[in-house]
Amino acid sequence: MTASMQSSVGNPGAEKRGMNLTLRIWRQQGPTAKGKMVTYKITDISPDMSFLEMLDVLNEQLILQGDDPVAFDHDCREGICGMCGVMINGQAHGPQQTTTCQLHMRSFKDGDSIDIEPWRASPFPVIKDLAVDRRAFDRIIQAGGYISVPTGTAPDAHATPVPKADSDAAFDAATCIGCGACVAACPNASSMLFTAAKVTHLGLMPQGQPERNDRVVNMIAQQDREGFGGCTNIGECSAACPKGISMETISRLNHDLLGALRAGARPKS
Amino acid sequence: MAVSGIVMVLYLIAHMIGNLKAFSGAESFNSYSAWIRTVGNPALPGQTTLWIIRIALLVAVVAHIWAAVSLWRQAKRARPERYVTKKAVAQSYASRTMRWGGVIILAFIIYHILDLTTGTVNPEGHDSTPYDRLVASFENPLVTAFYAISVILLGMHLRHGIWSATQTLGQSNRRREKTVSAFAFGFATLLTLGFLLVPLSVLFGLID
Repeated sequence: MTASMQSSVGNPGAEKRGMNLTLRIWRQQGPTAKGKMVTYKITDISPDMSFLEMLDVLNEQLILQGDDPVAFDHDCREGICGMCGVMINGQAHGPQQTTTCQLHMRSFKDGDSIDIEPWRASPFPVIKDLAVDRRAFDRIIQAGGYISVPTGTAPDAHATPVPKADSDAAFDAATCIGCGACVAACPNASSMLFTAAKVTHLGLMPQGQPERNDRVVNMIAQQDREGFGGCTNIGECSAACPKGISMETISRLNHDLLGALRAGARPKS
Repeated sequence: MAVSGIVMVLYLIAHMIGNLKAFSGAESFNSYSAWIRTVGNPALPGQTTLWIIRIALLVAVVAHIWAAVSLWRQAKRARPERYVTKKAVAQSYASRTMRWGGVIILAFIIYHILDLTTGTVNPEGHDSTPYDRLVASFENPLVTAFYAISVILLGMHLRHGIWSATQTLGQSNRRREKTVSAFAFGFATLLTLGFLLVPLSVLFGLID
């Protein structure tokens, strides 16, 4: 970092060159308004900017021009909250397997044209521009993605032993941040990978066992009620997932589901 | 999808092996065909066994189509507004052609039954021997080409289908993933080649 700063400082004649980009962004005034792609030119973008910072620069320009800034979701900008996420050139979170906030402009070239669209799925209605309503995921969690524990003092950490392999696999599944990239990337707009990550995470832990059968049937019933598509094991979800949740979780969910149905578990209506 | 698919795959294995009888001559092939119609006799009269198999297959086909149409409609409803730009990263050609490939395979199966089982559209007509129908049909390059395309599509359908069924039945995991994929590929390739062998042999005069 210092080296490049010194060179630009020590070389006042050298022109600071950023990227010039053409952005085609989905603009939609509100949930019921008709949207369309609008083209914007943006200049002098540093390759070290994050994708969201690039959108910030665009929005500053739009505000200065008296235009409506582009609405997009974001929060932590550290890749851990799951709030951000847009389709970038047809890929959820863009060309790198990470969150949109952790995608940097060095992944693009000067002169590139970038298409930016919201997640598209009927359970994720557009609120405005690139911001979508993902409360469908919250309702899937409410249907069974939790464990019921008595309140009181925290139990001893070693009171319930968990095999290392199980805790590792549970943790891998627990890294799901619920961003919705799986749904966005899926040709069927299925939320299977999200639900599977939650079912796997809790199903591998001893604490998750009492509600294991009810959890899977209720979460699947809720995901169907929300109107997500069905899983056909294409694998686009896992390839787009910023946390790399594996297809194995889907098999695990199906295994739990078949076991639960055999054991007589039925979804709450 | 998975269970009905497995029923049909089991039938395909038997069908493919039966086809290879064509290499041991007209008599062997025709008597095999006659045997299929009399299996279980005299305990089970007439074509009972064959009809049990046919009904099981029909149920499997209907269930498979019903499940596929439901998934297709569900997917359409779940994404009414399509992306302006969408890039596929992980999907294989096999998985992308499951739906339309399935439709083509269905059309082929209907033609195939009318051609070789009932003889309705066969140049030899319906009161010929199975072996004569086989030869008459596949001497036509167009028929063989349609057969070959359908069987290759079927192979791809199975390549994704076997993997997908393993997932749906909850039998896959990270350790098995590679093995399942390799098995699906190997099995689909073998079955496709087995089915291609007879018509191509007829076309090139190895069987006449």
